[in-house]
Amino acid sequence: MSKLNSKIPSGPLPEKWMHYKDHINLVNPANKRKLDIIVVGTGLAGASAAASLGALGFKVKAFCYQDSSRRAHSIAAQGGINASKNYQNDGDSVYRLFYDTIKGGDYRAREANVYRLAEVSGSIIDQSVALGVPFAREYGGLLDNRSFGGAQVSRTFYARGQTGQQLLLGAYSALSRQIKLGTVEMYTRHEMLDLVLIDGKARGIIARNLVDGKIERYSAHTVVLATGGYGNVFFLSTNAMGSNATAVWKAYKRGAYFGNPCFTQIHPTCIPVHGDYQSKLTLMSESLRNDGRIWVPKNKEDVEALRHGKLKPKDIAEENRDYYLERRYPAFGNLVPRDVASRAAKERCDAGFGVGETGLAVYLDFAAAIKRLGKKAIEERYGNLFQMYNKIVDEDPYETPMMIYPAVHYTMGGLWVDYELQSTVPGLFIAGEANFSDHGANRLGASALMQGLADGYFVLPYTLQNYLADQINVPRFQTDTKEFDEAEKQVRGRIQKLMDVKGSKPVDYFHKQLGRIMWDNVGMGRNKAGLEKAIEQIRKTREEFWKDVKIPGDVDGLNPELEKAGRVADFLELGELMAMDALNREESCGGHFREEYQTPEGEAMRNDADFMYVAAWEYKGDNVAPEVHKESLNYESIEVKQRNYK
Amino acid sequence: MNFTLKIWRQKNAKAKGKFVTYKINDISSNCSFLEMLDILNEQLVVKGEEPVAFDHDCREGICGTCSLYINGRPHGPDDAVTTCQLHMRKFKDGDTIVVEPWRAKPFPVIRDLICDRQAFDKIIQAGGFISVNTGGIPDANAILIPKEKADYSMDAAACIGCGACVAACKNASAMLFVAAKVSHLALLPQGKAEASERVQAMVSKMDELGFGNCTNTGACEAECPKQISITNIARMNREFLGAKLGAQKKRASGGGGF
Repeated sequence: MSKLNSKIPSGPLPEKWMHYKDHINLVNPANKRKLDIIVVGTGLAGASAAASLGALGFKVKAFCYQDSSRRAHSIAAQGGINASKNYQNDGDSVYRLFYDTIKGGDYRAREANVYRLAEVSGSIIDQSVALGVPFAREYGGLLDNRSFGGAQVSRTFYARGQTGQQLLLGAYSALSRQIKLGTVEMYTRHEMLDLVLIDGKARGIIARNLVDGKIERYSAHTVVLATGGYGNVFFLSTNAMGSNATAVWKAYKRGAYFGNPCFTQIHPTCIPVHGDYQSKLTLMSESLRNDGRIWVPKNKEDVEALRHGKLKPKDIAEENRDYYLERRYPAFGNLVPRDVASRAAKERCDAGFGVGETGLAVYLDFAAAIKRLGKKAIEERYGNLFQMYNKIVDEDPYETPMMIYPAVHYTMGGLWVDYELQSTVPGLFIAGEANFSDHGANRLGASALMQGLADGYFVLPYTLQNYLADQINVPRFQTDTKEFDEAEKQVRGRIQKLMDVKGSKPVDYFHKQLGRIMWDNVGMGRNKAGLEKAIEQIRKTREEFWKDVKIPGDVDGLNPELEKAGRVADFLELGELMAMDALNREESCGGHFREEYQTPEGEAMRNDADFMYVAAWEYKGDNVAPEVHKESLNYESIEVKQRNYK
Repeated sequence: MNFTLKIWRQKNAKAKGKFVTYKINDISSNCSFLEMLDILNEQLVVKGEEPVAFDHDCREGICGTCSLYINGRPHGPDDAVTTCQLHMRKFKDGDTIVVEPWRAKPFPVIRDLICDRQAFDKIIQAGGFISVNTGGIPDANAILIPKEKADYSMDAAACIGCGACVAACKNASAMLFVAAKVSHLALLPQGKAEASERVQAMVSKMDELGFGNCTNTGACEAECPKQISITNIARMNREFLGAKLGAQKKRASGGGGF
């Protein structure tokens, strides 16, 4: 019997969460003090969970690899956070937010989880305001909203272009207060390197103190992973340099199934790659597509002339420009959804029409908008973005078109969880981007912040309590048990194995190689032959890595190359699983585009009859094929439709 | 472009540090400063030397992890950017570039260019929050906040906690950092209730941790990558003075009379 029991409460969709909360087991305040919880990761999901659980009275230990919990990558989110407040009186509701999220995810997310997400979305805004998040206001003093990707209502709350930063600082301040009160112990510059199971339940972690290199043991009654996504498998992404999959990958190897690993979001408007030395990609807000027109030259001679600086973009006559989105999608034009816009840019560049030094860029041109509305209007709308672009690229977007290209941004896949956010390892809970649950095959803009905080503030405080209720007599765990011995031995062995390779190439060499394989074959367009080739190449790169990686320095001190090596070693395994999942899913849906499965016009073709399920992969051992389990998705409250943007 | 780099190397907190000179050639002018250091590190690793340790993470100017004192300025020669947003075109071919960690007693060096900024976390833990638990919160629109107030609050809240203000200050004062948090919360009605306890707790923690005093040189504002205004310090001083006077009044009236 498969372990995939989603534990969706019975009853009508709008009553499930209420019903669940009404009937769970609780822990009384005196007993909460006796129960320990480990939270790994202190981004929106982790910080809000640790703060809320600490406030309830549990003893929490929180870990992050950064030098402060305020620096998690949630901080980089720009646009906003969705909530079904209906403050604008424009017809929003819990159901509508739920519906938009399911549809945006191309019908590959679980109804009950998404409905709960929409249901608690309003409380997130209340909570954040109470914590002092300075959301944008209208002149009357009420909260302002903006519209976002595709939705027909204005439900996005924002704090200038720094919504993620402000929400994270809110959660960080709540966490700081619990640290002061003594309910949370904070461990910064610590990286989780293994999960410890006792009698089949998650009871602790092994972590490396990144400053002195010490391997440390921590025990608890339950473990929460809120360690973010794995976009850095691609080397270049909008993720932070340190964002990694090591915690979830160790959990996977200890028995947590990995849900839909191939579901990756590629954002169409990022500043393009400018050279081999590039370390990361910067996003430019999606809102720019409201006024910018996307084009490349029609003729290859012009492409050459532009590349060699003989022509400037404005020298290309109107009739020699290919506004390919307007051409292919006359109804939606430049405002097609993210996945469609990204694929179309790749198609033009692959065909040799890309611009810029590398040929991997397209123009986003504001000349028409400036002519129509005046420079001042454009400045008011996008001034800060234009300035940011100017700082990075050293070109003035008022004078010459921006150059943009798609980049890896978010991973919808993650560890499989049930309704309670519990993985297939009892006592191991997964929150935020690290779990697979709410976004299906494509995430809508402004929904990542919502999900992270929903999980941390409003879901885990209930579901963890329900899990812990029958454990009030389980004493605190000691860390001198054979289970901790075994896990620590494994961690130490792996670090030593890495150091002992003593090869000739730095870690980044292999990471870049993996990134190229993933981008070329497991990126925006995927096909059977390419995926099979990618699996071969990843295996080869992995072998080469373990024969030839060079890590200087020693293990008992701060060693950034060693940290990177451990993370890249895990990416080299996870990348293969992503390719296998993409190979298994013989359909196109959301961010997953299999070139074999498209309409004659190049649109994604879903296969609901055979693939309306969550693929949850079970680890079976190194060099053994993982086993795929299927959780079928049943839509009771929504009519399943095909998306169309023509 | 070619550069000569003089970089501070220090094995750990206890070791004595020194400048080491490196030559680096063929750097694109579009390369960011940290990418230039990546290239240097790759070369060092291949040569079997230990790479230069430096703090960095988001590389888009918002997480506040990167630091670096470059040619005598926190975050280098460009204005209103963090080191990760600084590009090599801001330098001249052939330049010698001196790179140091933040220098301040409360920020001890951990290794090379990395220093320990936990003192900032401790100041926030002392009182940089609004005391509410999760749940049981009134509707977000129950509190009206004039747009102007919200905007000023947001201006202060934009602080990324990088520590450039401390590094720039000859007294290693953390006044701009503390003032930004005090102002962010004091300007909002939600933050008013415990404003006086907050400012006192944060200022006293700041003093306890060994940060220096403010002598109004304005270096912090000039070097702040987020252009946090020095007027926040004036607001904090007002809050602090008010809190002290308020506390005296309470005592004069007998205080705690229940």
